[in-house]
Amino acid sequence: MRVTFTVNGRRQEADDVWEGESLLYVLRERMGLPGSKNACEQGECGSCTVRLDGVPVCSCLVAAGQVEGRDVVTVEGLADFARQRAERGGCAGGVCGTGLDEAKRWAAKPAAEEQAGGQSGGPGELSPIQQAFIDAGAVQCGFCTPGLLVAADELLERNDSPSDADIREALSGNLCRCTGYEKILDAVRLAAARGESRTAGQGA
Amino acid sequence: MDFLRPASWEEALAAKAEHPTAVPIAGGTDVMVEINFDHRRPEYLLDLNRIGDLDEWEVGERTVRLGASVPYTQIMENLRAELPGLALASHTVASPQIRNRGGVGGNLGTASPAGDAHPALLAAGCEVEVESLRGRRMIPIDDFYTGVKRNAMEPDELIRAVHLPKADGPQQFSKVGTRNAMVIAVCAFGIALHPGTRTVRTGIGSAAPTPVRARAAEEFLAAALEEGGFWESGQALPPSLAQQFAQLAAGACNPIDDVRGSAAYRRHAVGIMARRTLGWTWESYRGGAHGTKGGAQCA
Ligand code: FES
Ligand code: FES
Repeated sequence: MRVTFTVNGRRQEADDVWEGESLLYVLRERMGLPGSKNACEQGECGSCTVRLDGVPVCSCLVAAGQVEGRDVVTVEGLADFARQRAERGGCAGGVCGTGLDEAKRWAAKPAAEEQAGGQSGGPGELSPIQQAFIDAGAVQCGFCTPGLLVAADELLERNDSPSDADIREALSGNLCRCTGYEKILDAVRLAAARGESRTAGQGA
Repeated sequence: MDFLRPASWEEALAAKAEHPTAVPIAGGTDVMVEINFDHRRPEYLLDLNRIGDLDEWEVGERTVRLGASVPYTQIMENLRAELPGLALASHTVASPQIRNRGGVGGNLGTASPAGDAHPALLAAGCEVEVESLRGRRMIPIDDFYTGVKRNAMEPDELIRAVHLPKADGPQQFSKVGTRNAMVIAVCAFGIALHPGTRTVRTGIGSAAPTPVRARAAEEFLAAALEEGGFWESGQALPPSLAQQFAQLAAGACNPIDDVRGSAAYRRHAVGIMARRTLGWTWESYRGGAHGTKGGAQCA
């Protein structure tokens, strides 16, 4: 069957999709977006986490046919997604995500050489949560990272100064075999603190 | 395999009538695991995500009509006052990602004894609204679970909603597992005090072939509370009473040994949870500081 849906703000089509296939499989194997990881295929690890109509879900448990006409954000689009959200001044209007007009204007990341030097706000720049993961040393093998980034970004969108308990709860569906989680918690705290100082600087 | 995508409830009923073997899929948290692991190759998948009605709930004067696909996250966030037991149980379902997709319809359809919603549904006492082209019927929760992963539904029926009475007293839920998140219950216990009718209802998960009530324990407790005038006096319960309640609850179990726990452990743990949850709910009834509002409590 054919499945048409929005991925990171862009309408995409996948053909010859088997009816029992997961969204994760379609993203990775049919659309060439291997950012979302496949570790357990049973909802246990969270490494396949994406946003489906804004809601964090395990893409391994969503049937491909269920996303017809819906909106998916993967880690590949996270930086863009976060930038657009910031430009609109956070979640104030209750409309987070990529609007239709913006979706139409969405441009893929330029090739590596083109982004060299494009430091401020351009495509290819990292989202605040991605930068915080790097700065806090929260990435080791990196297999869990895409899912954690998507989940952590959504937490900060809802709650810009989460308590440790909030962070633990929001990330409780994401397993990491390497870091022992402490640096991941540090990264989320760091991103939250940076977010606060940024809005403070704007007097918002 | 065929993927059926009804746009309305009526279309879904028609599809299910035409293809009774079609497997309904909503949150996908059970169905997709089976397909991913090749444990199941249904001829038809019947997607219920397009039927908006299933994601809605309605708070009436005495009952809550909870759409079959209302995600656990929504139950936790929006129905804590009306359905405290189910809200607590919802919070123990897997992880945020899973709670964002799964709803009670899935738990009921799968009817696994380990489904987290069952003890709370049994304790609250509710009716399951199922429908087919032949008509609609309400199945009392006490008649719903008929065997291991079996329920009272006909092949052409779909679950539309659950009708639960709004809580008229404190409710609690407790679950044993190796950690807080992502845990299939080793065993679980739900309790609801119903001061309006001076009754107590319970539900036990993962400790018998189906979710069950601890009826002997309920009857004993209701009689003891009545006789001792506890509902009026709001006095503390004597430990012997709680102990007897716990023993009877453990006696209602018919567990098996498996990788998650032994039968003996399950029986023991259900007794402990029965005693503790009774304590919490009773304290709350007496107006103590620890109520159902406090969320999960460590015991
Ligand atoms: S691959 Fe989806 S949760 Fe593990
Ligand atoms: S960094 Fe290796 S699994 Fe998390």
